[in-house]
Amino acid sequence: MGVRDRMTEKLQAAFAPARLEVIDESARHAGHAGARPEGETHFRVRIVAEAFRGTSRIERHRMINAALADEIAGGVHALAIEAGVPEAGG
Amino acid sequence: MGAIMGIEQFIENELKSNDVVLFMKGTPQFPQCGFSGQVVQILDYVGVPYKGINILENDELRQGIKDYSNWPTIPQLYVKGEFVGGCDIVREMFQANELQPFFKEKGVPVREQAAG
Repeated sequence: MGVRDRMTEKLQAAFAPARLEVIDESARHAGHAGARPEGETHFRVRIVAEAFRGTSRIERHRMINAALADEIAGGVHALAIEAGVPEAGG
Repeated sequence: MGAIMGIEQFIENELKSNDVVLFMKGTPQFPQCGFSGQVVQILDYVGVPYKGINILENDELRQGIKDYSNWPTIPQLYVKGEFVGGCDIVREMFQANELQPFFKEKGVPVREQAAG
C-alpha cells in the first residue's frame, strides 16, 4: 500500500471525517531538500471532522501529527494540514 | 559559553531574550525552504521584529527544537516564549486577520497597517 493510502486509512480510523483528501504534492517539490526521487515526501491533508470541534489550530495539528507519527518519522518530509469542522446545518 | 550548554537551555535562552523567534531553514534574508520563506514573508509584511534562527547550521538544534515543542516540522514560530505554530497555522492566522491582534495582545509592536 502506498503512503497516501496508508495515511488516508489512519485518518479515517482516527477521526471518522466528514470529508478527507490526502494529496501527494511531492512532484511540486522535486529537487528541493527533503524530496526523494521516488516521491511520497510532501503531502497535504484536507480534513473536516466533528472530532476537531472546540479544538485550537495547534491541537488539530497535534492530533493529526499523532495519528500519522509513523509516516512522519518514516520519510514523509512535509505535511500541510487544513483541518476544519463540519458547518452546522449545511 | 564556557561549559557546553544543553540545547534545551540554548532554546530557552533565545526565547527569553527575544519576543518573537522563528526557527527556520536558512535565514530571513535567504530562506532555504518554501515553508520557512512563507513565514518570513508574513512576518515582514506584518512588520514585527523577530529573530530568525537557522536550524540547518546545527543538527542538535534541528532535532532539539522538535523535541522542545513536540512538533515534527520546521518552521516554528514562538512569541513571548510560547509556541504559536508552523507555516500552515501562521498563514491561517494571517489570512483570518488574527495575526496582528495576536501580536498586539502579546505586547509585541507591529507596524500599523494603512486603513481600509
